[in-house]
Amino acid sequence: MEFALSEDQRMLQDSLKGVLSQSASLDQIRKIAVGDAGAVRALEAALEDFGLASLLLPEAAGGLGLGLLDACLVQEALGYHIAPSRFLASALAAVALADNPGLLGGDAKFALAVTEMASRRDGAGLSLKAGKLSGTALLAISAEEATHLLAADAKGGLHVVDAAGAKAAPMQTIDRTRTFHAVTLSGVKVLSTAKANDRFLAAARLLAAADTLGAAQAMIDKAVAYAAERQQFGRVIGSFQAVKHMCAEMAAKLEPGRALIWHAAHALDIGDAEGPVMANLAKAYLAEAGTFIARTATEVHGGMGFTDLVGLHYWFKRIGVNRQLFGSPEQARQTAAQLQGLVA
Amino acid sequence: MKLDLDPEYEAFRADVSETLTKNRHLAPTSEDKGYKNARRIAWQKLLIEHGLAARTIPKAYGGYGGEADILKARIIAEEFARSRVPGPMAGQGISMLVPTLLELGTEAQKQAYIRPTIEGEMIWCQGYSEPGAGSDLAALRTSAVEDGDHYVINGSKIWTSTAKQADMIFCLVRTDPAAKKHEGITYITFPMSMPGIEVRPLVDMTGSANFNEVFFTNVRVPKSGVIYQPNKGWQVANATLTHERGMLGDPNATKARFLELVTLMKGESVNGQPLIANPLLCDRLMQLQAEVYAMQANGLRITTSRLKGEQAGIAGLIVKLNGCDLNHEIARLAIDALGELGILYEDGEHLRSDGSWQWRYMYDLGLIIGGGTAQIQKNIIAERGLNMPREPKLAKA
Repeated sequence: MEFALSEDQRMLQDSLKGVLSQSASLDQIRKIAVGDAGAVRALEAALEDFGLASLLLPEAAGGLGLGLLDACLVQEALGYHIAPSRFLASALAAVALADNPGLLGGDAKFALAVTEMASRRDGAGLSLKAGKLSGTALLAISAEEATHLLAADAKGGLHVVDAAGAKAAPMQTIDRTRTFHAVTLSGVKVLSTAKANDRFLAAARLLAAADTLGAAQAMIDKAVAYAAERQQFGRVIGSFQAVKHMCAEMAAKLEPGRALIWHAAHALDIGDAEGPVMANLAKAYLAEAGTFIARTATEVHGGMGFTDLVGLHYWFKRIGVNRQLFGSPEQARQTAAQLQGLVA
Repeated sequence: MKLDLDPEYEAFRADVSETLTKNRHLAPTSEDKGYKNARRIAWQKLLIEHGLAARTIPKAYGGYGGEADILKARIIAEEFARSRVPGPMAGQGISMLVPTLLELGTEAQKQAYIRPTIEGEMIWCQGYSEPGAGSDLAALRTSAVEDGDHYVINGSKIWTSTAKQADMIFCLVRTDPAAKKHEGITYITFPMSMPGIEVRPLVDMTGSANFNEVFFTNVRVPKSGVIYQPNKGWQVANATLTHERGMLGDPNATKARFLELVTLMKGESVNGQPLIANPLLCDRLMQLQAEVYAMQANGLRITTSRLKGEQAGIAGLIVKLNGCDLNHEIARLAIDALGELGILYEDGEHLRSDGSWQWRYMYDLGLIIGGGTAQIQKNIIAERGLNMPREPKLAKA
């Protein structure tokens, strides 16, 4: 038995963090947040050089064929550095098209429109008629410069269409580092169809949880570092138990979440029946832990935590978006209960 | 990442399972009460003989004499839980004193105490906390004054479980009042039958006396009872505290309780509807399940660290804090799910699960406080896990 990351997995994560600490510094992220196209391209180029796109591609399609645990490690590193990336969308495309990987290779860039798998609001949702997809999907991911769109229909199908056939209108969220769009399709021909099974939604939720794991860890690290420097009443605030306990509570909540993500990802990778349950619970767990940490780490920073000067709010917002992405914690827990046959 | 076991261990699991199945008719039942019940002692001896108790304790001291193997220990615990066959005896003598003796005791002490303790013939209690020394244990004041070959002990201890039943006590006493507070403490053992010892039960919120107060008035204790060296008691005690913290918050025990809660919520109905069908209760159940899974995975991570001889870091430091809290929350949901009937206690019609949910809800709060309070745990996580600065010492008034 070995419940730990392999040497390769540690190296993958460490080297990606190395790239990100250069290419996704807070200065760079600030530029991306105000729409600096050059900064966006520079980060994209660095991640392309790193080979992010090919990690999850099946070996047959020229990739490394890595699994969901590896994907979670990548997503965690991206979350830690609040780096926008196509990785989430392409990783989920690789999950959806595992049996039909032909569309994944080459220069394919996937956008993802699956919000309505969990929640249909404001009349949104896509419907399939005679092999063509129509309707509007909200909060699509990575729509900019996408070649393909992976979209969920109202009946649990997942379809790939040419992204050129979709009209994308930006939707402004609290998180200015990542872009979201409403995509509208009017009878766009479906190129390929996969079943939106439990595994797909579980993988989507798990990756959102992994992103929060990274972002929340960054917030704890920043809070602990700040508490070691900031002085009040003649001593560093980290020596006050009130502050120390806030930090301990954050660590105590987050650390089991890390093990839970590893376990859920591994279970999905080996096809363990408990995998989807664990992944949904991991989403809910990290959503709650992340929200607690986002608030608490901000409070440890006192007034400075509230300002734009420190920039802590980028992590706060990253965690806030992840909490709702692919379904709220309540929805993830309901899915977990349904998967276990506890409720209908 | 590899969660299955090597064939050697699967074979070991099969052996353990077979031994338990073959012998379960000899196990004590709820009829076999009391600490020195013959059937319980015979069962303990049988478990030792098969390497299912006292596994790593040398044969010379009455143990099984097996090599330390974390996975085998884990498998044994899992098989007892799975088969629901009564497990080995526990208690502070077995879990705390014996490891301490093995590490720091003299040969004579090991010979005298280990075998009867692990066989359940000698019951121990622990004399650490005092009315004025709880979280600040090193502030303890029970004094031991040298008098020839003896110490004369005066003072009192509190939170002493099994003091009524105990044959022996292992105790921290102040032998050098002039030394710094950590340096004047001695770890000493002596019989509870000595003149000058009085035990008073301490009734707690559960309604029973799970603990006692112990008073010492001029108790003359032979110096041969000292473990390791005089005035080195703090180091000796720290060796055992590590063992105690390891016992609290075991994720497998928590999972077993969670599964009981699931059974309760599936089986009980209110207004003609199963409790599990109430979306609010079901949501709370799933919140707890997420934490149960997380602490189990955290436990696997710790086991792997130990197998590799590495420190588990924060993953290890949080077990007592999170595990005890989670147990308390599981009991809380069970009570809420039972609603009005959840307040029934002790005995009577309509009582569910023998009133154990309310008992656990209260007793688990005791465990959140005992064995190092939640706040002390947070200090430890912050200072050892996150390297945060210690509280500056107050200048003496």
